[in-house]
Amino acid sequence: MAVMRYSEALRLAMTEEMERDDSVFICGEEVGQYQGTYRVTEGMLSKFGPRRVVDTPISEIGIAGMATGAAMAGLRPIAEFMTWSFALEAMDALVNHAAKITYMSGGRISCPVVFRGPAGVGTQLSAQHSQSLESWFAHTPGFKVVLPSTPEDAKGLLKTAIRDPNPVIFMENAGIYGQRGEVPEDTDFMIPFGQAAVRTEGSDITLISYSNMVLKCLKAAEALEKDGIHCEVIDLRTLVPLDMDTVVKSIQKTHRAVVAHEEWKNVGFGAELASRIYEQAFDYMDAPIERVGGADVPMPYAKNLERAAIPTDLDIIAAVKRALA
Amino acid sequence: MAKTAVKEKSPSDIGLDTLLGHYKTMVLIRRFEESTYRKFREGKMGGYLHRYDGQEALVTALIPQLELPGDKILCTYRDHAHALLCGTSPRAIMAELMGRATGCALGKGGSMHLIDPDNGFLGGDGIVGGPVPISLGVGWALKYKNTKNVCVCYFGDGAMNQGGVHESFNMVGLYKLPVLYILENNQYAMGTSVSRSTGQPDFVKKAEAHGIAGERVDGMDFFTMWDAAKRALARIRETGEAYFLQVDCYRFVGHGVGDDNTQGWKFYRTEGEVHEWMKKDPIVKLGAYLKDAGVLPDELAEKIDQEAIAVVDDAVAFAEASPEPPLDSLYENVYS
Ligand SMILES: Cc1ncc(C[n+]2csc(CCOP(=O)(O)OP(=O)(O)O)c2C)c(N)n1
Ligand SMILES: [Mg+2]
Repeated sequence: MAVMRYSEALRLAMTEEMERDDSVFICGEEVGQYQGTYRVTEGMLSKFGPRRVVDTPISEIGIAGMATGAAMAGLRPIAEFMTWSFALEAMDALVNHAAKITYMSGGRISCPVVFRGPAGVGTQLSAQHSQSLESWFAHTPGFKVVLPSTPEDAKGLLKTAIRDPNPVIFMENAGIYGQRGEVPEDTDFMIPFGQAAVRTEGSDITLISYSNMVLKCLKAAEALEKDGIHCEVIDLRTLVPLDMDTVVKSIQKTHRAVVAHEEWKNVGFGAELASRIYEQAFDYMDAPIERVGGADVPMPYAKNLERAAIPTDLDIIAAVKRALA
Repeated sequence: MAKTAVKEKSPSDIGLDTLLGHYKTMVLIRRFEESTYRKFREGKMGGYLHRYDGQEALVTALIPQLELPGDKILCTYRDHAHALLCGTSPRAIMAELMGRATGCALGKGGSMHLIDPDNGFLGGDGIVGGPVPISLGVGWALKYKNTKNVCVCYFGDGAMNQGGVHESFNMVGLYKLPVLYILENNQYAMGTSVSRSTGQPDFVKKAEAHGIAGERVDGMDFFTMWDAAKRALARIRETGEAYFLQVDCYRFVGHGVGDDNTQGWKFYRTEGEVHEWMKKDPIVKLGAYLKDAGVLPDELAEKIDQEAIAVVDDAVAFAEASPEPPLDSLYENVYS
């Protein structure tokens, strides 16, 4: 084990996989000479050279197309979007091509590509730069959708993503790039997709979330513990595939649930989750599921408005109290 | 010794008084930008902040020639100077940068999204290349309504590599729309130089390939910029067809606050290069001309500078004294 930052764990995963497999390469804006907008790819250009760490123009369609086509032709590209907001430029390459080619080819072409970059909200970046879009991708058949919340997961899940034969939407969170944690140094350490992690065990209520929101759930759980409320916190880690077994098992124990995410509440992933819980565990429920999500508005700039738009641990606590009332 | 040969007209045929006004504007932009940086560092602003230092002539030698608000302006997130030139008050801009209710976007936009539709300013855009497809629609509407107005669309050299830009150019060329493109070629897109981002650095050729005529302009020289803009606007108003100016310029500071000069140029541009370009400072150059023409003695230059600082200080004081947006405005304006 070594202690490292979330961003360093991502770099370690990519470095190990590039050392292991020559077909893995990185392309994206400012990934090479600039050392990465958020320093995730720092040092990789000098280590692997311009054949494998490719600085691109500001051309998201080009980046996504290059990665998708190269994957179809036998390489294992990692395409970095400077932020997921800019991937919107590339939606056609992503949704109409990468996600569908395996199906459209009757399984004869696979598309082992990772699209990664920072997602999420905050730091007053306002409407066009501060938004969570995971449900757009989870909605599209053909993608796997991954959102790590810890340095260990960042490494283990990214390695799995790179080796996966399918297009993987890998959403990091800029707010936690600097967060430190223990990371296994084993070069074969991988975390399988579709295995949620129980971050804290509890008997009264289940809090289900992913990415940065897990940290807020843990904070809420800690505060509620003082009031004698024992929360079980589940980190989904991957939205597709989705580990409902872990969720259902927990609800069989707690009989109550809060689903929480930073993305917009309307048609957010929490709605899908709640619906599946009702389908699979209705008989165990003692109270309606509470949903916590972002305000359904484009992200405002002003600090006070932004604070009101992004869900916090306090919103989770309030939801827990409603569920237990 | 008193000057004998006092110039009354500038090379661009602008009266010296008017020219002095443009000089004041450029000084104001520079002082404004410097102050935004300080205020950001003080924690009074959040998000991103992109300054226009060095590029002042691109707006000052063009926007005063427009007929606002009938003419329309679109630009990038590097938009403070554009707003100032469109007539947005320094107070409303500074207040927006500080996220206050009195800001020109009611505190909802911030630095990247200044906007002032009453003055023809359709806003700064946070998406690289984003304004260009929109300019196509604005140009379409201006033509559709049979106006003689022009849409001026500013965008960066990095944006020239966006797919949407080329689709739009093609359609603007096809439909013959009254749009003036100002490519703010400040040589870099973040840390990527033009030569590292395209196999065809002659941007005029790219516009021409889509049926839009254009030319290359020295954006460090006020008069060159003024004349090019004047010709281009006259041509567009007469023919109704788009025109493209590749304006070569330089940003004196880093891409954004995260990339200030102290670290930024170390790995993508050299300090020597920056200093070479700084020798072409458009404000210094115009100032020297005015001094030579006998209308800008040192005392006046100093007074103009002090006045600019006073305007900026007033804007800062106004912004700092302004309230935050009311919380119930969070859900306002999602729909019309
Ligand atoms: C579609 C998109 N991709 C990436 C970015 C991130 N980004 C913001 S500014 C910038 C550089 C743009 O350079 P240029 O177009 O030359 O304008 P300049 O900043 O030099 O004025 C980049 C890559 C973005 N905002 N939008
Ligand atoms: Mg540029």
